[in-house]
Amino acid sequence: MKEREMQPSWLETAAGRLRRNRVLLAAAAASLLAVDLFLGGRGIAAMLAVAFVLAVAVLLPEREGEGKPNATGRNGTEQAGALSAVDLAAVVQDPLYIFDRTGAVLHANEAATLAFGPIAPGGSLQLKFRAPEIHAFIGHVLEGKEAPPAIDYIERVPFERAYRVAAMPIGGEGGLYVLLFRDQSEARRIDRMRTDFIANASHELRTPLASIAGFIETLRGPARNDAKARDNFLQIMQKQTARMARLIDDLLSLSRLEAKPYVRPTERVDLGRLLREVSDSLSHLATETGVAIKLDLPEAPLEVTGNRDELVQVFANLLENACKYGSSGGRVTLQARREKPGAETAVTVTDFGPGIPQEHIPRITERFYRVDVETSRAQKGTGLGLAIVKHILTRHGARLSIRSKVGEGSSFTVYFPPG
Amino acid sequence: MPGQNIRRSFDQELRSLANQIGAMGGHAERMVEQAVGALVSGDTELARIVIENDAFLDLKEREIGENAVAIIAKRQPMAGDLREIVGAIRISSDLERVGDLAKNIAKRVAAIAEVRQPTQLFRGISALSDLALAQLKEVLDAYASRLPDKISFVRDRDEDIDAMYTSLFRELLTYMMEDPRNITACTHLVFCAKNIERVGDHATNIAETVYHIITGATLPAERPKEDMSHRVTAPGSVQKGG
Repeated sequence: MKEREMQPSWLETAAGRLRRNRVLLAAAAASLLAVDLFLGGRGIAAMLAVAFVLAVAVLLPEREGEGKPNATGRNGTEQAGALSAVDLAAVVQDPLYIFDRTGAVLHANEAATLAFGPIAPGGSLQLKFRAPEIHAFIGHVLEGKEAPPAIDYIERVPFERAYRVAAMPIGGEGGLYVLLFRDQSEARRIDRMRTDFIANASHELRTPLASIAGFIETLRGPARNDAKARDNFLQIMQKQTARMARLIDDLLSLSRLEAKPYVRPTERVDLGRLLREVSDSLSHLATETGVAIKLDLPEAPLEVTGNRDELVQVFANLLENACKYGSSGGRVTLQARREKPGAETAVTVTDFGPGIPQEHIPRITERFYRVDVETSRAQKGTGLGLAIVKHILTRHGARLSIRSKVGEGSSFTVYFPPG
Repeated sequence: MPGQNIRRSFDQELRSLANQIGAMGGHAERMVEQAVGALVSGDTELARIVIENDAFLDLKEREIGENAVAIIAKRQPMAGDLREIVGAIRISSDLERVGDLAKNIAKRVAAIAEVRQPTQLFRGISALSDLALAQLKEVLDAYASRLPDKISFVRDRDEDIDAMYTSLFRELLTYMMEDPRNITACTHLVFCAKNIERVGDHATNIAETVYHIITGATLPAERPKEDMSHRVTAPGSVQKGG
């Protein structure tokens, strides 16, 4: 006690104030930190803000009645000094709710009201956010169970909005929690634009068209009387038109697949026979590229549920890719296996070419994604082959696994579900 | 302070009742959304999930009923509190019916997916379900916000649903006349559309209950409850005679 009295009186006042408002201040600090970290910051800005809040709490003139023992009322604003927490929530640009351990909303900031409409003070948060995943998420947080740090929440009506939602306890003993929404609708829209079909397709079609137009101009102008150049140019133009035709075929095939309703195929297909046919149909390509196709198929029929024509398309695409891009390896293997009855059926196409760099592997099934534009163009690739493969396999409930090592080759394995 | 403590734990019980309604509402909304989604994309797997999920709503309705009765027995509430509890029972039974309707839509998915129809048939259905879902969301949001002024607006909008249903009915009838092979799918779709329209009616019921809970009064004036489909005849059938 002696030491205490030695302290300057303002320090004591400040300490007392901080002590009295510790719950709120901790809440404010935690939410600031959470917001900053959640939004991808490094916590530095939040630290500065926390320091600022502490300074304000110490320096602001005390309001009347402050310092009385206070209970967590139904209305959070009753709490003395609550001003700072509410003010703090108000400056957060994302929807934010503060609620207690019964799930009653104590405060909703302006962004929240703007985004989700009003909610009664003391009202149930789980009534406001009813979608099963978010309802369960809030429930888990309230019960103190293990919950993922954040979940995705999509509102379908009246218009689609997507949020990433995080919830965390704040202020320790206060039993308060904060629910924070981050709008991701824009990111989703951009994502959709990136895969936008028309935009990509028109770009892909314009490139060969521009080159054809250029050659025609040259043929009509400077190279009018040059027989050798004419022949050369016509050859290039023919290649370009062939590429365009293929591209259109692939586009149509993909859009047909997408337009088709989501119906699981029911046909039974013998993979052994199907794979032999596919390999036969590509034998001329293999000869052309100097690749030997080696089959490793079981003698017994290997049946899976699927659509025959679509599966032909899948394996023709994979085998064609292997022959074209892995031609330097000189051989391609096609293997089908089922470890035991009732297990997954695996079909693997392996080449021993240059391989695919690791960073490209997750993306090569995207439309028009190319590891190497020049090689792809040279091989008359359309950038849609693997997208089609992926699409068909998804419809079959099958999955595609891609393994590759630069300099050693790549293997594409299709796993069919058992049955 | 004992009085205050009792009040607080009572409030908590009421809130937990509201939470349960929230869970039911969220599930019912999701079921309708998924059932229509399954219908449009012909996804029988999703339809199966919807059918399974209906059990949850039945269970919750029972739970809410039991909890409500227990609260009434224990606290003997009056006025607003009593309205709150009785209202919860009524809302839960409406939501349970919404779940049944969604389940019925889901059950028809397989039959429709078998005889696959052009997508234009489904466009109207998804638009109708968007309307009904928006309706349901709004009443439940009004329940959470305790603001009665939005509710009468919700009820008026039910007319939009009825009008849309009538127009959809006419459209489906036209498809059936164009090509008899459409009849199977279109008949199922008519039932699906009717189910969605009924979802809108339940939303209106809930709106009335919520209004009563909040204000203690009933919503004024009878609304014109009418789908006009009983007056729709096959287009062209009149000209046939002449």
